[in-house]
Amino acid sequence: MIEVNNLTKMFGNTLAVENINFKINKSKIVGLLGPNGCGKSTTIGMLLGLIKPSTGSVVIDGKNIEKNRTNLLKKMNFISPYIELPKKLTVEENLKVYGRLYGVNNLQNKIDDLMEKLNLKDFRSRKTGELSSGQKNRVSLAKALVNEPEILLLDEPTASLDPDVGDYIRAYIEEYASNKKATILLASHNMDEVERLCHEVMMMKNGKIIDKGKSIDLINKHGRKNLEEVFLKIVRG
Amino acid sequence: MKFHRMYALFLRHMYLIRSSVPRILDLIYWPTIQIVLWGFISKFFTLYSDYYSHTVGIILSAAILYDFLFRSSISFNMLFLEEIWSRNFTNLFVAPLRVSEIITALTVTALFRTLIGIIPAILIAAPFFGVNLFILGPSLILLFLSLYFFGITLGLLVTSGLLRYGPAFENIAWSSLFLLAPLGCVYYPLSILPDWLQVLAKALPLVYIFEEVRSILLNNVVNYANIISALKLNLLYFASAVFIFYLAFYGARKKGTLINMGE
Repeated sequence: MIEVNNLTKMFGNTLAVENINFKINKSKIVGLLGPNGCGKSTTIGMLLGLIKPSTGSVVIDGKNIEKNRTNLLKKMNFISPYIELPKKLTVEENLKVYGRLYGVNNLQNKIDDLMEKLNLKDFRSRKTGELSSGQKNRVSLAKALVNEPEILLLDEPTASLDPDVGDYIRAYIEEYASNKKATILLASHNMDEVERLCHEVMMMKNGKIIDKGKSIDLINKHGRKNLEEVFLKIVRG
Repeated sequence: MKFHRMYALFLRHMYLIRSSVPRILDLIYWPTIQIVLWGFISKFFTLYSDYYSHTVGIILSAAILYDFLFRSSISFNMLFLEEIWSRNFTNLFVAPLRVSEIITALTVTALFRTLIGIIPAILIAAPFFGVNLFILGPSLILLFLSLYFFGITLGLLVTSGLLRYGPAFENIAWSSLFLLAPLGCVYYPLSILPDWLQVLAKALPLVYIFEEVRSILLNNVVNYANIISALKLNLLYFASAVFIFYLAFYGARKKGTLINMGE
């Protein structure tokens, strides 16, 4: 379970995140929506212990991330289109490195299994940098799942992917969440994706969470046809 | 500290080195060029200088040892820069890696990377120029150890800057050693420097290391006081550099550079 209490982050005089509070229960998928620069990445950074909050706390499974960073990160993982795996290493080498970093048992079996499920077997010995963006994205997902995380933070996991690969990734995330009872925070600009995957949605603007609830409830509350229209109303409102 | 995590980081860089012949050649190329270049300079001094007339390898030995220092430091910086250039930086910091494990893994990997380059250079120095570094005797191990720790210390300070200020600090990585070289008295005795610079130079372990190399080669006398002074200074600077690295990590978390690091 993730608990965020009165979380604020200032970068110098700039207020990036202002006093946000939320709770994500185990095996729930929650969407984090908001325009660029609204504080989503900063929030995710604080959840991962990459950014030190100015005030407030992030508590994961009853432990504060600031005091238990290394132990909590063992059961977490992260994927973002803004970070990559070393391009000169093969797909298998990358997964071996990250498998060892996370202390995965029976690593070779785990890698074989991920290669099979994510359709990466043909690229096992290919340099990661030589792959297409869709293939790279699947390798990044394999890296994010190599430690079978209980908590997965996904920052735009299907950004810049064609609809087929995007759908494949979404289906896999859905299957993983259901099989492993994983807790997932999904930051995305793809409203269909959020509606399909998320049990709940949080809307951020100017560093604050300004609304949250189930997609259907938000749509009804704001009197719109779909989540995209709710998003536009909130962003432009 | 877990071995498997440090081994993973080591493995990540070994895969990179193993997969690229140009990268291996690059590691070997510069030390070899240095040795050839300085070999000829040494020969010149042997023929025309009374001071060095009985010690063919004094300059070449200093060049090899200085290159070892240079490689140690640059190797450490390169391991860190590779992560920034490949945009893999954030992936590493969301893994359960402790700062102490990062420092240990990079320190060991930098040694391995340095040895790939320096061993061929040492080996060619003997048949080509008749210079055998091993005549420095058992003290050679202590001298190498001192240079290695000073190289790693500089590497730690530069990577602290990279952590705290981002890739803009990269140029410092390349120039850090050149800034210290004149003060290190690598190729000339301390007495060559003006008095006021000698005071500054004595704060560097390099001075004691290279004074000792010259003392062994010219007088065949080992002065352990110099070696101990160098090791003491190294220990002090290394501990300070580790502390600064921790501070930089703390500063990077505060500033948010761990999530935004990139070219």
